[in-house]
Amino acid sequence: MTGYADFLLLVVLVIDLYIVATSRLASCVHASAFQGVALALLPLALWAPGYAGGVDPQVLHIALMSVGTLIVKALVIPQLVLRAIREANVRREVEPFVSLHLSVLIAALLVGVSFWMASVLVLPMPAPTTLLVPVAFATVLVGFLVLVSRKKAVTQVVGYLMLENGIFIFGQTLVRQIPFAVELGILLDLLVGVFVMGIAIHHISRAFDHIDTELLSALKD
Amino acid sequence: MLSLLVIVPAIFGVLALYSKDLRIDLVLLVGTALAHLLATAYLWTGESGPELDRLLELDVPGLLFLSITSVIFLSASLYTIPYILHGTHDKPAALQRFIPCLLWFLSAMTLVAVTQHLALMWAAVEGTTLASAPLVYFYRRRGALEATWKYLLVCSVGIALALLGTFFLGIAAAGSSVGASDLTLSGLSRAAPFMARPWLKAAFVLALVGYGTKMGLAPLHTWLPDTHSEAPSPVSALLSGALLNCAFLAILRFYQVCLASGDSQFARTLLIVLGMASLLLASAFMLSQRDYKRLFAYSSIENMGIMSVGMGLGGAASYGALLHAVNHSLCKAGLFFLAGNVLRSFGTTLARDVRGVLGRLPETGVLLLALFLAIGGVPPFGPFWSEFLIFQSALAGAHAWLGVLFVSLLGLAFLGMAGVLLPMLSGPGSIQERRSAESRLSVLPPLALASAALVMGLYIPSFLADALHRAAGMLGG
Repeated sequence: MTGYADFLLLVVLVIDLYIVATSRLASCVHASAFQGVALALLPLALWAPGYAGGVDPQVLHIALMSVGTLIVKALVIPQLVLRAIREANVRREVEPFVSLHLSVLIAALLVGVSFWMASVLVLPMPAPTTLLVPVAFATVLVGFLVLVSRKKAVTQVVGYLMLENGIFIFGQTLVRQIPFAVELGILLDLLVGVFVMGIAIHHISRAFDHIDTELLSALKD
Repeated sequence: MLSLLVIVPAIFGVLALYSKDLRIDLVLLVGTALAHLLATAYLWTGESGPELDRLLELDVPGLLFLSITSVIFLSASLYTIPYILHGTHDKPAALQRFIPCLLWFLSAMTLVAVTQHLALMWAAVEGTTLASAPLVYFYRRRGALEATWKYLLVCSVGIALALLGTFFLGIAAAGSSVGASDLTLSGLSRAAPFMARPWLKAAFVLALVGYGTKMGLAPLHTWLPDTHSEAPSPVSALLSGALLNCAFLAILRFYQVCLASGDSQFARTLLIVLGMASLLLASAFMLSQRDYKRLFAYSSIENMGIMSVGMGLGGAASYGALLHAVNHSLCKAGLFFLAGNVLRSFGTTLARDVRGVLGRLPETGVLLLALFLAIGGVPPFGPFWSEFLIFQSALAGAHAWLGVLFVSLLGLAFLGMAGVLLPMLSGPGSIQERRSAESRLSVLPPLALASAALVMGLYIPSFLADALHRAAGMLGG
């Protein structure tokens, strides 16, 4: 049933572009939460029909990962980031390093590059769907674009989340090789990471009255 | 045993979080550090089997880096006692989280050393970042905040790339003719000769960039000088002496897979290129450095470069690189402790405002001079031998000019360090203030480390030499 999986991957790709194009911070976070929902459904769409006869021993693993991803990426992390936005009292990404129009253009270019990379770096095993690798690359690259082109600490966290989401999509090819405990550890790291970043943003906004990372440049040689 | 080494510090960290008495916290800290060292010493006496479905497994390189972590952590916890009790900080909230985070940091670093499952190792390395970020922010100054943010973001993003590299390695293995393997080192090494080369190479590049960020290899080192200079001195010592090595071990795990694939030339070249870049950049910044804590941070970048070059050269230089990991940790942790003593007495990290350390703080001054000579590669201290081994291999190798460049950059770094430290040591020192700043526990740990660095130069204990040889043998030596 690659139809569902392809649909979910396209949703992920559209959300990538939406995040690049929007300046409202809360919208970025909401979009990132929706991306989390799509990613939580992805393992089900990719793997649920993959066994014939008997019960796939991996089914519980996949279901639990799906629920875990939904809770962490679609619910808890967006709440943490939204709270940071409220406390820092910022709404918009004003004057990013790269203008929104230009960054949409670059993002489109990066999506093209991703499809090219996927044609060069071919999966050495049967691919679950042909969209998997290009969308994963695109999400990683666009995440990087958001990380380096925006000033607000919150948007950088969203970029980091996109980067992690892209890597998560790659991880879907390896569900059978990674034990559940380790996957849980990776998810927990992400959760604690965003939690600590949220605390740091809180302190930055109190100490500096802003969360522009551009102005965090007192330390240098 | 291995699982206890990871879990016990984590649990004691939680206990320390809820205890109300600072003295209990300190007892927990030092007690855990001592127990950790004893358990690690016990592991040297024999093989310990894999645990938890092979998630935890200890080999010789792991044992070596575990031991470095354990020794540096014990010395840092002893140094922390006077630091916490008589420090100038007055923020009880920061203090409350300080010791729990130290213990969680130990737990995460231990996990990096005792696992050979590359995905679990990744989770542990990211765990070290998260546990140590609050430690960097201990002083709650603006500079510390900036350093913490850079550390968190740059390292998290870097390490995310390493996770991508880990998945790529899994994909490369899944496509090999031996069939899908798990992400343990042994499984991947078995599959390595049959892996799709583009995925294997992409995996190594991503791991080198990702963990290299954490290790402080140029040009990915940007967070390191800020973080090491803003963090409290015992934390800087742990970051430099223990954490950077953990990142190095993570790179070595990927290198081991490349070696097993029989196609490691590209990995060697990359290690040498990034290593030389680190040496070049670090020695340039050390020449014009005004802040002595930043000076030591750049010196760490330099030494990570030395280790990377040594590993890339292979042969006897692999042994040299591992030996240098031990030597550098001993010296650099000691130097950061001493930097803490100087900072507490003079109240500034600017080298030009510090004069007459030998007069005001005689013990600290003498040790600072000794450890400066040691890390600068002056015999009879340990680093001289490890650097000499690497230099010799470089000269004998295909590109002799690499050896010449290597030793010139070491000389440049030495001059840079001398230019900052020697004026600090000499000059008039006021005798009245003597003794006030130097409590026994703030001098004993660096004294022990300096003695160890000296012993390493005169005579390497046979059990250690044997382990270094065996580890180097697994790493292309």
